[in-house]
Amino acid sequence: MAENNAVPMIQAIDLTVGYGDIVVLENINFTINKGEIFVIIGGSGCGKSTILKHLIGLYEPIKGDILIKGESIVKADWDEKRRIMKSFGVLYQSGALFSALTITENIALQLEEYTDYPEDEIFRRVNEKLKLVGLEGAGPKMPSELSGGMKKRAALARAMALDPEILFFDEPSTSLDPVTAAMMDRLIIDLRDRLGTTMVIVTHDLDSIYAISDRVIMLDKATKTIVARGKPSELRKSNPPPSVKEFLERAGLSRKMD
Amino acid sequence: MAEEKDRIIETEVQKQFRLHEPQIRPAIEYTGEASLKFWKDIINILAIIGEIAEASWFAIRNPRRIRWRETLFYMDICGADALPISCMICYLMGLILGFQASLQMHKFGTDLYVADMVGLSIVKELGPLMVAMICTGRAGSAFAAEISTMKVSEEIDAMVTMGFNPSRFLIIPKLLALILVMPVLTVFGNVLGIIGGMTVGVFSLGLPVITYFNRTVLVITPRTFSEGLIKSAVFAVLIAAVGCLRGLEAKNDTHGVGSAATSAVVSGIFLVIIADTLMTYLFSRF
Repeated sequence: MAENNAVPMIQAIDLTVGYGDIVVLENINFTINKGEIFVIIGGSGCGKSTILKHLIGLYEPIKGDILIKGESIVKADWDEKRRIMKSFGVLYQSGALFSALTITENIALQLEEYTDYPEDEIFRRVNEKLKLVGLEGAGPKMPSELSGGMKKRAALARAMALDPEILFFDEPSTSLDPVTAAMMDRLIIDLRDRLGTTMVIVTHDLDSIYAISDRVIMLDKATKTIVARGKPSELRKSNPPPSVKEFLERAGLSRKMD
Repeated sequence: MAEEKDRIIETEVQKQFRLHEPQIRPAIEYTGEASLKFWKDIINILAIIGEIAEASWFAIRNPRRIRWRETLFYMDICGADALPISCMICYLMGLILGFQASLQMHKFGTDLYVADMVGLSIVKELGPLMVAMICTGRAGSAFAAEISTMKVSEEIDAMVTMGFNPSRFLIIPKLLALILVMPVLTVFGNVLGIIGGMTVGVFSLGLPVITYFNRTVLVITPRTFSEGLIKSAVFAVLIAAVGCLRGLEAKNDTHGVGSAATSAVVSGIFLVIIADTLMTYLFSRF
């Protein structure tokens, strides 16, 4: 991705996040560009999911600002926030499909709410999304009837319902078998290449990091900051701090085993 | 040295377990904490009633945006499914009241007034109250458990990031369903309660059915009947509000789901009784 042509989609500016008085990350700065697959990595408890929940507007940061396509999601009131939220989709760790609704109803929800499409057009679009994630025919099923991997793909179809410009993923390959996890990785790359969607992924799955990321940042629990940033291959070569080296070498081991 | 280390570790382990043991605290500390919690609870309940009012105003202005399918689903669960048990409880309540009243009235030779006693008590108080208790146990706890489970499985987070207002999506269909079905259940409950009293009047006191019926119709005025229905609708708002509130403020774990359901029932019954006291006073004044 040519950095000089980069269009910033998400900017975290001097961001301090946490819960109540507990600071998890301090003075974080990064920019995510259009069409980029940006991966946030780090060990357990370093604040990966916390920062994601702040980026999508679920929590208010202690300090700093978050700009989505140049607009602050922190300072926005509910109506503005709602408008900003329509420009992105989120795939939660558990899928978070509405268990009382069928897969079709889950995907159609935003289309029914935000568009004036007639019912047959909504149905057509739902099927199109299901096809995109390889779940044709699963529409009438309830979420409880699907396997873990299928649930995640259905949730991805729901996240893409309004053709968002940005997709956030919270641990997309967690609880998936290696084959399904690799399929999810291919799906993410395919969607970015076909639709130009900006992808923000929180993960500690090392194989996924090497397979899909354009750029990564690594968060550190001890210093509460970003300890490394760049392309994963470059990071390994650039004499990183010991914690980063250990993290990435484990990735090397994992890849050697393949 | 090793023994000393073991002793320290053991103490640390004991400390960890002690966290789950019942704590004995000074009464004043406990009272203060409970008072603060109670006050916070009142504020939260008022806040959710405000949120419901806002969401209801939106629903009135945009009736097409109401999720009618969910509303019908909850009407079925809270209404149709609760009808047999509501009728049974109210019938038994009428029967008990009839027995107790007949024992006293018979002493004074005023057997016919059993119809007054049962009719007024059931229509003004016990009918709406019994239906409210059943709905608190069934619907209130179910709402709390459903919403808290949705919270644990990140469904509420998903709803927010999809730009949906959880109040409108989760509370309004449940609230609307309860407001619509509870007065209907109360009417059925009232009829069965009166039949319960009539059973005693006819079989125990030997009153003719038509005499008991005419006496009941005489004492139950449209105003008396409306008072019971108004109470029922107010109870519906409180049960739905407190059930949804307990679900929304539940902790993100399985224990939180159970606690939310229990708390919804206890708080629901408490609020219903408070509201009943206030309304009974107001209706007696005006």
